[in-house]
Amino acid sequence: MVEPHFRRDGAWVGASVPRREDPRLLAGRGRFVDDITLPGMLHAQFVRSTEAHAELLAVDLDEVRTVPGVVAAYTADDLDLGDITALLDRPPHEFVPTAMPVLARGKVRYVGEPIAIVVAKDPYAAEDGVEAAVVEYAPLQPVVSDTAALAEGAPLVHAEAPRNTLVDVSLFATEGIDDVFAEAHTVVEVRTKTGRQNALPLETRGVVADWDDRDEQLRVQTCSQVPHQVRTVLAKCVGLDEKQVRVTVPDMGGGFGQKCVVGREEIAAAAVALRLRRPVKWIEDRRDALTAAFLAREQRYVVRAAFSADGEILGLDADVVCDMGAYSCYPFTAGIEPLMASAEMPGVYRVPAYRVRGRAVTTNKAPTAPYRGVSRPQYVMVVERVFEKAARALGMDAVELRRRNLITVFPYKGVNNITYDPGSYLESLDLCEKTLRDEGWFSRRDDENGGDRVIGIGFACFSERTGYGSGAFAQRKMQVVPGFDISEITMDLNGTVSVTTGTLSHGQSHETTMAQIVADRLGIAYDRVKIVQGDTDRITYGWGSFASRSITIGGSAVAAASVKLGDQLREIAAHLLAGDPEAAVLEDGGVRVGDRWMSFADIADVAYLKAHLLPKDVGPGLSAIASFDVGGDGTFSNATHGCVVELDPGTGGVEILRYVCVEDCGVAIHPQVVEGQARGGIAQGIAGALFEEVRYDDGGQPLAPSFMEYKVPTAMEIPDVRIEHLETPCAFTENGAKGAGEGGTIGAPAAVLNAVNDALRHTGVELDDTPIPRESIFRALEVAR
Amino acid sequence: MKPAAFEYHRARSVAGAVGLLTELGDDAKIVAGGQSLVAMMNFRLARPEHLVDITHIDGLSGIRREGDTLRIGALTTHRAVEKAELGDFGVLSRAMRWVGHLPIRTRGTVGGSIAHADATAEWCLLAVLLDARIVAEGPAGRREIPAGEFFLGPFTTALEPDELIVELVFPRPAPRAALTEYADRKGDFALVAAAVDVDAGRVVLGGVGPTPVSANFPSGGTSPSRPPVTWADTAAEIAASLELRDEPGISAHYRRGLVRTLVERACEEASRG
Amino acid sequence: MIQLVELTVNGERHELAIEPRRTLVDVLRHDLGLTGTHVGCEHGICGACTVLVDGAPVRACLLFAAQVEGAEIRTVESLAAPDGTLNDLQQCFSEHHGLQCGFCTPGMLMLAEGFLAEEPEPTTEEIREVVASNLCRCTGYQTIVEAIDDCASRRRAAFQQQLDGSRV
Repeated sequence: MVEPHFRRDGAWVGASVPRREDPRLLAGRGRFVDDITLPGMLHAQFVRSTEAHAELLAVDLDEVRTVPGVVAAYTADDLDLGDITALLDRPPHEFVPTAMPVLARGKVRYVGEPIAIVVAKDPYAAEDGVEAAVVEYAPLQPVVSDTAALAEGAPLVHAEAPRNTLVDVSLFATEGIDDVFAEAHTVVEVRTKTGRQNALPLETRGVVADWDDRDEQLRVQTCSQVPHQVRTVLAKCVGLDEKQVRVTVPDMGGGFGQKCVVGREEIAAAAVALRLRRPVKWIEDRRDALTAAFLAREQRYVVRAAFSADGEILGLDADVVCDMGAYSCYPFTAGIEPLMASAEMPGVYRVPAYRVRGRAVTTNKAPTAPYRGVSRPQYVMVVERVFEKAARALGMDAVELRRRNLITVFPYKGVNNITYDPGSYLESLDLCEKTLRDEGWFSRRDDENGGDRVIGIGFACFSERTGYGSGAFAQRKMQVVPGFDISEITMDLNGTVSVTTGTLSHGQSHETTMAQIVADRLGIAYDRVKIVQGDTDRITYGWGSFASRSITIGGSAVAAASVKLGDQLREIAAHLLAGDPEAAVLEDGGVRVGDRWMSFADIADVAYLKAHLLPKDVGPGLSAIASFDVGGDGTFSNATHGCVVELDPGTGGVEILRYVCVEDCGVAIHPQVVEGQARGGIAQGIAGALFEEVRYDDGGQPLAPSFMEYKVPTAMEIPDVRIEHLETPCAFTENGAKGAGEGGTIGAPAAVLNAVNDALRHTGVELDDTPIPRESIFRALEVAR
Repeated sequence: MKPAAFEYHRARSVAGAVGLLTELGDDAKIVAGGQSLVAMMNFRLARPEHLVDITHIDGLSGIRREGDTLRIGALTTHRAVEKAELGDFGVLSRAMRWVGHLPIRTRGTVGGSIAHADATAEWCLLAVLLDARIVAEGPAGRREIPAGEFFLGPFTTALEPDELIVELVFPRPAPRAALTEYADRKGDFALVAAAVDVDAGRVVLGGVGPTPVSANFPSGGTSPSRPPVTWADTAAEIAASLELRDEPGISAHYRRGLVRTLVERACEEASRG
Repeated sequence: MIQLVELTVNGERHELAIEPRRTLVDVLRHDLGLTGTHVGCEHGICGACTVLVDGAPVRACLLFAAQVEGAEIRTVESLAAPDGTLNDLQQCFSEHHGLQCGFCTPGMLMLAEGFLAEEPEPTTEEIREVVASNLCRCTGYQTIVEAIDDCASRRRAAFQQQLDGSRV
């Protein structure tokens, strides 16, 4: 399968080589944050609010401090830390800034909000200590839904945010759109509410922090997708210089967005480590992870679409309300979901007129963060429902209706001011439909329906912007613009290289895929490339991994740095071999100049140990630094998903019989990894469509504090997925690659929901909310019987 | 999610365990497989001051057939029952695939499940369905409690605090019995579970009340010689006879529908033998 | 309330003085330094902490260490050879990309080891049902099922070869 040693230039990218990460992870020799133990380490837990909305009258920790094993306990007043504040450069009517205190001050805004931190000699004693805290509340009326938040006279979650609205933007309103709708042959409307979800990395959040006197640094080993942002916020909160904080990230058990924002607990634990001059560890337990960690995806859509008689989409008019919970997350703010939905909704279709209003409302629920796909799973679902409904209204086949409206000529400048680079929108739909047809699913559905079996087929067409550069994020008016990536490459005396990346793998295999990219650029084996990530002292500045940016932006930076180093190597070798640098080529782990060849190790020997032999204008050492930013509007991956479901009329149960994904992420660096990302993403999308929801009661108490209630699907619920690849290379990333991290999650809810509705076609019932209640399916089928 | 402190006691004999329970009183709790109790302790929803570990008592696990009677030791794991060849008690083995997942079944015990008395637990339904007797030992010696009188409410049983379940006695074979369930996710506690013995003309339901709910097939419904018109009719009549209330997330109507479906399916499976 | 507990883990005996409330997984990880076994939920659902106790896969978060004195406990650290060479199951996981972040992996491996020891000839559906014991958030499970299936076939083939060899 894989040749273990030497590969020629160009041979690594595109090969599914063994993952560099695997041996240690399989042997149980990875290093996750909870695996770290430091001498004298204390363990932190948090006193958390039991009220959804209340004035905080008193926090009494006297008893806590007497609990055996407890070393210290602090309130917000004791620690006196700066707040975490994320901002948009938008006027007050569009964005209301709110601060998130590290520990609650004066008021609590959700059940689970941290009020005090307790540190003890072991985690058991820490929990004993937490139990001894006495908190006095004056309860306020909680705001537990978006509709309650927006209601006239609703109590305010933040006094500074009237109508509980943190973000209210109307990014697009095509002139004359009302006339378009008034004159259209057919107008359809979709109303959808999607459930609040937890990104749910299997490893919960956690941190180990200690003050190092020798380095004069607060060292923070944390489970974060964005170490530099943790450094920036922590330095501000505790009043240190950035250089006095070193954030490193060990192995990470997933993140999916929940860990790409700065958490309050990691700041609090680090602050206590600084104060006590003792190592402090905090590991979030699952109850807290389910109730008090960052959540996502609770959105309400009202979308109307206008169509001509022959099925041409004429306009899209959308109102999006996102329930962002109690606080804005750093660095993205509460605008993350409404801005994403507003900017991208027209998607793969040629929509000539578009109007959208996007709002973020604040409620007394745990705050939200980006989660794999960010709003795209939701708006894609809505738009794909639009096409299904329009097809029914027009008496057309829904796949044919999509074909008629897909963007086919690239680059395409959308009504949303985005220029879409080439993709395979139509081709992916054609192949997906053909695959299901060839497998016999259409005839099976048509033959067997009417009996006891109720089978439906659903599709989802979408593209996703991957690799948001500085320009794209600046358009969103983020005050912190996470676009570029910087990479530094160094070759050692053996001719092996280490390469830094500002991105951060937490399951995506960057130690392998980035190494493949470098290996091709330098003509060495990928196991001679070490990827350095997740260390603010070793990496100039980085934005971490999110938004499918790692391979597009980080991979391009790594490639660019490799090319620079290659130029250095060629220049030195040409000098030493008395040849022409222009004719020098990287080959077989060395440089060939004419008929002579010199190994990298021999070049390194000169560069480091015999610098007097170097060309005059070449300095000692072998290293290079390069950066990359995606210009323009970024690059779009695309896919079509097809899903076959069977409904059980006796129970309302849903079984997925078949799932096909035709995806195009440009050049796949490692096809097996791309497939893994698609399959895992699809599983999470199915989870949102059918299983997972963070629910609250009317008093704001979370109803899913364990895995008994928060139903993460298992191998029995997630089907095998057939994946077909198309390849439309990106013209402006260094490898022709597009992002592949989120697509699976984006397409699955729409495909599943459409399949369920296809199966319900004969009932006249349409279900547009997720997760789909089984009782609704049961009732629909019962009436039809 | 770390349990509160407790003192650990290891019983070496049933008498020793009973002695510890008598001595320690209400603050003591028995741990066997611990698959429910320890989870509750980790949430600090249960916080016994004393834990009496009975897993080291010899002779409390094993399955014995004596004529028409099957005796299952309290410490027998779900997995052991699942793997056993039980002949005309085969419903017990087949039902075990509904109990959680493999690593739960390897550790969880029959006695523990009965003592925990979750109203949807497979063992509770099976015990009531098959007229099992629960053998408990206390300071006054052993007594047998009919399963039908054992479950008093949610997580509440007729067991005295100083009594220990030592054995389950199934007094008659059930060659045509079956258990089936529905949950959105395989391995979850059932939304509704139905266990039927078509020869006895009885169904026991989980998820429709605070304890397993037993019902006989409607009169004239079934006996081995007189099959009902259809199982669907039987199921529909049983479902219609239940008193159910709407609850958050699940209406009485839906629950009734699940009962109808599951009873029908269980009857069909059971009647195939 | 400290108790002396003697544990046998991966063939090695350890004497510990611990609070009886310490769960097996915490003792393995933090008292014995065997951090390969992970903690995912502490209520027995995710299976990240799955280890073998007397050969059977169990949740180490639902056991107190004091309960398993005298038992043979096996953790993921016992699978690879001392020089780091992965065993056949681990190798299959790697080849099939049955892991991404690696957090659920030790639990999945021990679950599969325990299962395959008892059922050397499982069907794919049986494997799938067993894999459903544990949660994975990255892979969508398919490649985990494939890896275990492949490993089972390889073990059967090797066993057959051994039989054939012994006949000669």
